[in-house]
Amino acid sequence: MTLPRLLLGTQDGRALTHAEHVGVHGPLPAGDVSAALAAAGLRGRGGAAFPTARKLQAVAATAAAGRHRPVVLVNGAEGEPMSAKDRTLCARTPHLVLDGAQAAAAAIGARRVTVALPRAATDALDAMRTAVHERPGGGPAITVTAVPVAYLAGEESALIRHLDGGPLKPTVVPPRPAERGLGRRPTLVQNPETLAHVGLVARHGAAWFREAGTAADPGSVLVSLAGDVVAPGVYEVDRRMRLAELTGMPAGRGGPRAVLVGGYHGTWLGPDELAGLTLAAEDLAAHGATLAAGVIAVLGPKSCPVRELANVAGWLAAQSAGQCGPCANGLPAIATRLAAVADGRAPSGSAADLDRWTRLITGRGACHLPDGAARLVRSGLRAFAPEVAEHARRGPCAACRRPPVLRVASRVAA
Amino acid sequence: MSRDEVLVLDPIGCAGHGLCAELLPEWITLDEWGYPILRPEAIPPELLPHARRAVAACPKLALRLRALSAS
Ligand SMILES: Cc1cc2nc3c(=O)[nH]c(=O)nc-3n(C[C@H](O)[C@H](O)[C@H](O)COP(=O)(O)O)c2cc1C
Ligand code: SF4
Ligand code: SF4
Repeated sequence: MTLPRLLLGTQDGRALTHAEHVGVHGPLPAGDVSAALAAAGLRGRGGAAFPTARKLQAVAATAAAGRHRPVVLVNGAEGEPMSAKDRTLCARTPHLVLDGAQAAAAAIGARRVTVALPRAATDALDAMRTAVHERPGGGPAITVTAVPVAYLAGEESALIRHLDGGPLKPTVVPPRPAERGLGRRPTLVQNPETLAHVGLVARHGAAWFREAGTAADPGSVLVSLAGDVVAPGVYEVDRRMRLAELTGMPAGRGGPRAVLVGGYHGTWLGPDELAGLTLAAEDLAAHGATLAAGVIAVLGPKSCPVRELANVAGWLAAQSAGQCGPCANGLPAIATRLAAVADGRAPSGSAADLDRWTRLITGRGACHLPDGAARLVRSGLRAFAPEVAEHARRGPCAACRRPPVLRVASRVAA
Repeated sequence: MSRDEVLVLDPIGCAGHGLCAELLPEWITLDEWGYPILRPEAIPPELLPHARRAVAACPKLALRLRALSAS
């Protein structure tokens, strides 16, 4: 088993032309990818880790039962500020993503593919548009669309509503996109990385795919490594890899203060939890974490985790669409209180309030944004209990004045 | 034969009037911001008429009864 797979041949950072792409990976075989995909056990790389073969089946089934031909939506919105893997993938190997979209479209009987990328990701947009023109005939009709830079731009129902001319706000489920999505058609929504893996499974099959990763979560995975690390960036790794190896830091002394696994709907892990930890789903689940969309953010010993937590909570509150009562009220309450905690001016009973509010917002929104925010805050309060107590005694610490490590605005330039 | 029914809420539609909680306090409480918290279990038969009344009274049509599938 050798890596990289997805990023093969892209070392110089520019987009592979179609000829180069075929030179690296070989041509995309015709034929139905469904059986190979089911055997491969690929799970979605956009955060929820849903089995991709089952999603294809669901869309194909609703399409067969109705009058509308299904469509494919490539969800490259990547609104999470610390994530860069989809942009990197689309900017460097757009044809592999499009191959996956084409194979998936053929499997479900779709003839149209829409690729959504953030407005700020000009490199990915350019590469994708060029790739669409380069592709040989016979594939689906492909449209590339720039979408706003916002956390909710990647939430599938909000993205669909926006692309159909509405506001960038989630809708209630059901109906799911598989039942009624873009233009009311059954819609297969997949992350670009998921589709790039589909493009490889179509070529090399399930056994090859399973040579990387674990039985529960096979294949390689892209991670966005960020924060206080020597070499931040996007890496393609095997999930059996140890976190310490990925970050290049030991798990104990001289290592990180904490690691955020799974980005801004993820889980904070403290030094005690990091020893020996791998990226395998079973390993992470033992600490209540998932890899989600692959963001791994490291906080070094010189940063203030309480301040960072308050900053991110503030950003998440600002990303809420404000449509659902518990989310619209709870997230600002949590963020304001966390800022007070960091400033050392939180009223007594704040721990109980934060505990109650994070429970109250969980599972009560139309989308999962508040659920992820609650997970982040609860795990942070657990991992940073000593620092929280310290701030209550002495107010802001020296590290509070450092520029934040965790990004709370999107990068505009590449 | 009667089927089990559960209450479901459209969180976007709900405006937190709290009328539903007044009509069905056994099943619906309000959180500190005035938004309903529903018990997830099937409604017992004796409460069903009250549940229907709460559903009908919601000014936002945000509350529904959903039949649990047999499986
Ligand atoms: C707040 C929020 C933000 C999301 N952002 C993204 C995103 O940027 N990209 C993405 O692929 N999925 C994102 N998702 C998940 C999508 O709704 C959807 O599950 C995913 O695109 C499905 O693709 P997959 O099965 O290939 O992972 C987000 C979900 C939520 C709740
Ligand atoms: S849960 Fe929050 S972010 Fe999601 S739709 Fe409701 S208000 Fe918007
Ligand atoms: S009556 Fe309707 S709008 Fe009012 S709180 Fe209940 S569900 Fe929400």
